[in-house]
Amino acid sequence: MVLIDDRELELLINDIYEYHGFDFSGYSRASLKRRVDRVLHLDGFQNFSELLYKVRAEPQYVKHMIEEITVNVTEMFRDPLFYKVLRNEILPVIGTKPFIRIWHAGCSTGEEVYSMAILLKEANLLHKSLLYATDINSLVLDVAKKGIFPLHMMKQYSENYMVSGGKKDFSHYYTANYGFAKFGEDLSEKMVFSQHNLVSDGSFNEFDLILCRNVLIYFDKDLQEKALVLFDDSLAKLGYLALGTKETIKFSPLQMRFKQVEREKLWKKIQ
Amino acid sequence: MEENSVTPPYKLLLIGGSAGSLEALIKILPRLTAIPDFAIVIVLHRKSSEDSTLEELIAIKTSIPVKEVEDKVALLPGNIYVAPSDYHLLFEKNGWLSLDTSEKVNYSRPSIDVSFESAADAFGTGVAAILLSGANADGTHGLVEIKQAGGTVIIQDPESAEMPFMPRNALQNVTPSHLLDVEGILAYIQSL
Repeated sequence: MVLIDDRELELLINDIYEYHGFDFSGYSRASLKRRVDRVLHLDGFQNFSELLYKVRAEPQYVKHMIEEITVNVTEMFRDPLFYKVLRNEILPVIGTKPFIRIWHAGCSTGEEVYSMAILLKEANLLHKSLLYATDINSLVLDVAKKGIFPLHMMKQYSENYMVSGGKKDFSHYYTANYGFAKFGEDLSEKMVFSQHNLVSDGSFNEFDLILCRNVLIYFDKDLQEKALVLFDDSLAKLGYLALGTKETIKFSPLQMRFKQVEREKLWKKIQ
Repeated sequence: MEENSVTPPYKLLLIGGSAGSLEALIKILPRLTAIPDFAIVIVLHRKSSEDSTLEELIAIKTSIPVKEVEDKVALLPGNIYVAPSDYHLLFEKNGWLSLDTSEKVNYSRPSIDVSFESAADAFGTGVAAILLSGANADGTHGLVEIKQAGGTVIIQDPESAEMPFMPRNALQNVTPSHLLDVEGILAYIQSL
């Protein structure tokens, strides 16, 4: 495998920005380097210059490359106990509002958005909710819009769903066909998918709940802070921010404005 | 940028393992006293559903502080860090730990190769890595890169390992600085 060095990585970051406007300069280098190495390997490049040439010359290739270097591993009801807290403690609170707005920032292929729609439906809140789902990568959004996921994952998802407190037969939420599970439009009709870059795009609405789980881990501390400011700007007072199980706001000056929900990765905006 | 940052003054001791490695660790950890000059990072294969039981188990067995690994915590000498379940653990050149949920490597997340390769890239000669018992090929490629970067490679003697496949596979691909049984590994760590 070709292994790029630090200088080459900086050159690549610079050229992707200069030629195509995507700014990866705030990304964690340890992870980004692995992802670029992986692309070099997958796409069969002999050396770094070949990759750099293609990046400069072919916008279509850069689109593909961004798809590959951003991490799109996700699952339905990932960390089921987190969903249990959403179900039992958070939805009853935000459910008292006449209208609920939720933002999935970095939604990838949408598994979390469909999980949330199921929770809202079971709480009889979906009819008055809107779920905004955004990602930097337009290709994963196309997958998310369709709501079609591999059928072989459903056993795991069904187990997660039950641990999260789900009481129904999970299979009634989808139709199985040719190795895929298609989730119903009763779930997706309240979803809005759109491309949004946490690095460069601003706030676009006010939300009662923002979920951004296992996205900030790919950023360095400065960019993490920038994203947290964006979330703070986009949260209604008494709204909630949800992060991944190993992410925290405790090193951010913004933590003063939030109160953690017990020991969960959930923070309530108190001012 | 961090490009030309100096290798931090501390030394990093990595310990990787899979099936049968916890038994070896449980013999080693209680006999270690303070480690003021280096940090220990443990990467063991574990079930993705398990939350923090491995950290708790390790903390019970040692008087050295076991720090909870969250994204971008500082790697500091004197402490033990355990790669959390369902994340790869990576090393930033400025001494922070980063987490990553990308695809499993060698059917594993955390993967030993991923952490070893990242440590080799970030800290070069400042790394020593021990590969313990296991039934999978994870760790071999990581040891190759640690050696190439000038770090120290220690492999548990397969004869002494509960599951010899993992150390044997590594031995076929890299010549270790030390081939040691559990007592030898303990003595090595105490000598650091």
